[in-house]
Amino acid sequence: MKTLRDLLRDYRFAISFAIVCFLFVLAMLSFVSPHDPTVWFYVPRDMSPSWENVLGTNSKGQDVFWQATFAIRNSLIISVIAASVSRVIAIVVGMTAGYRGKFTDRALMFLSDTFLVVPLFLIIVMLAMLLRQYMNLVTLGLMLAFFGWAWDARVIRSQILSLRERDFTKTAKLSGTRTLPLVMKEYMPFATPLIFSTLINNMVWAIGLEITLSILGLMNMDIPTLGTMLNWAITQNALLLGFWWWLMTPIVLSILLFISLYWASVSISEYLDPRSRIQRVGAK
Amino acid sequence: MKFLKQYLVPRLIQYLLVIFLGVTAVFIIPRLAPSDPVENTIATLQSMGGTVDAATLDETMATMREMYGLSGSNWEQYLDFWGRVFRADFGISLSQFPTPVIDLIRTSLPWTLGLLLFTTFISWAVGNVLGGIAGYYNRNRWSRTLDTVAMVVRPMPYYMFAFALLLIFGYFWPILPIGGGASLGRQGSWTMSYALDVLRHAALPALSLVILGGAVWFQTMKLVVQNVNSESFVQYAKMGGVQEGRIVGGYVIRNALLPQITALALLLGQILSGALITEIVFSYPGVGTLLYQSIVSGDYNVIMGITSLSIIAITTSILIIDLLYPLFDPRVRLT
Repeated sequence: MKTLRDLLRDYRFAISFAIVCFLFVLAMLSFVSPHDPTVWFYVPRDMSPSWENVLGTNSKGQDVFWQATFAIRNSLIISVIAASVSRVIAIVVGMTAGYRGKFTDRALMFLSDTFLVVPLFLIIVMLAMLLRQYMNLVTLGLMLAFFGWAWDARVIRSQILSLRERDFTKTAKLSGTRTLPLVMKEYMPFATPLIFSTLINNMVWAIGLEITLSILGLMNMDIPTLGTMLNWAITQNALLLGFWWWLMTPIVLSILLFISLYWASVSISEYLDPRSRIQRVGAK
Repeated sequence: MKFLKQYLVPRLIQYLLVIFLGVTAVFIIPRLAPSDPVENTIATLQSMGGTVDAATLDETMATMREMYGLSGSNWEQYLDFWGRVFRADFGISLSQFPTPVIDLIRTSLPWTLGLLLFTTFISWAVGNVLGGIAGYYNRNRWSRTLDTVAMVVRPMPYYMFAFALLLIFGYFWPILPIGGGASLGRQGSWTMSYALDVLRHAALPALSLVILGGAVWFQTMKLVVQNVNSESFVQYAKMGGVQEGRIVGGYVIRNALLPQITALALLLGQILSGALITEIVFSYPGVGTLLYQSIVSGDYNVIMGITSLSIIAITTSILIIDLLYPLFDPRVRLT
């Protein structure tokens, strides 16, 4: 609780915390939605915002507001699946590489370098084309997880490398602690905040990629996400027909989501970094 | 000699291994598909209302397999694919039928290359200089304003940002063309007016890439410079009365630029992906738009060609940057 209060003192964290809460409430509203998001033509088409339809309706005869609640929920689900699964891979790879060292380290870091260097977007597009028929929230999340771990594995590894050289490692080893308990019990507390900040960054990346893939038509268009919502609006010419409420809703929501998540992660990692903490104290 | 053995040889082995892994992935992924591209094409042809006897059909299928590199066992296909990569021959486009893939790539490559080289260089230079100055004077108000701007721009994915610029300049303030590489129906020529036309069309894609890329370089540079600032040689120079401009330009930024060169090498793959996506938004006639058309029409040959060539081009550029690095860093040169 004290950490949260400290973090909230940073205006960026306070803003992003408020926005994330707002978006989370929107996503939760989808559970009480009066409409099924896959059904078409339950309201008049192309109505501009009014009291009955807060954000208007689209050319598919759906209420944009309720559609958006589902879109946020699904985009968040994809990004949480992608980010948490890729965190598991990153932790295992980073900790093994950092702790075992030598050949294991070199082999694993070569693997993660390969992932970093290769233009992954093209490979992801090829895979997405292959999986087109099976595309849903879980497959997309897992696919992004498979590609999203490389950088963070390096970050975690370097943290472990520095922890390995500290005295308490030697004390623990001499008193007979095994490798796994040592890593889980002694190293994890140091690495957890770092992992959390990379988790948020990875969510931003996953949401962005989901939107890009959806625009390219590689996502299942029946599932409402921020990306598919934007794709429908673009392909149905919402721009030319002047249905701004339909086009701007997914755009504004995703921009809010990107900024708030990114600011939260920056603010957390600055809070964790002792050097910038000193600068902050000095600035006051 | 020591440099050769400890640095160059492992680096070259790594380079070859990355290309090997990448191209192998490009070979394997389409072959996991449940549907056979040749049978798909035949089915499309038949659905258009052509009937042929069985013998001709078998012959056509065999010829097409040969053309698409799908004849023989998987292992033979794999070896054959490597031969194709080396010859830069990726067979024939499935959607634009008799055109070889390499011709399609060759016509769109100059557009992408021009856009990519120009924007990468500009955003790296502008971002680093601004970031360096802002990092040195990090208490100033304009430095903080720039920082906030970068904080807003940075998390945007390429697609969203390019699309936002398209909305602003296409509908609210239409001063620049929002699509294509040059005015419709205009023949390429080496005249001043054609060059200006091309530049005008490149302005929006380039602007969106420069702002996004610049924000990344600005932020990382600012962070590095803030750390260099507290080092003793900077304090010493200040106390010794060295002019402030010289401290910033000659000492601080110069020292902070070195990690930025390494970062450029690491980010090249992402920069390429971003350029391809930006091209799609502005329907710029480069490789990205070609990629989009191939995705829509399911043209695997073109996608495989683009992906393998990109992997080779990116890893080679990173190798070149790494090998040039000693030129910038005297410490590496001496050891």
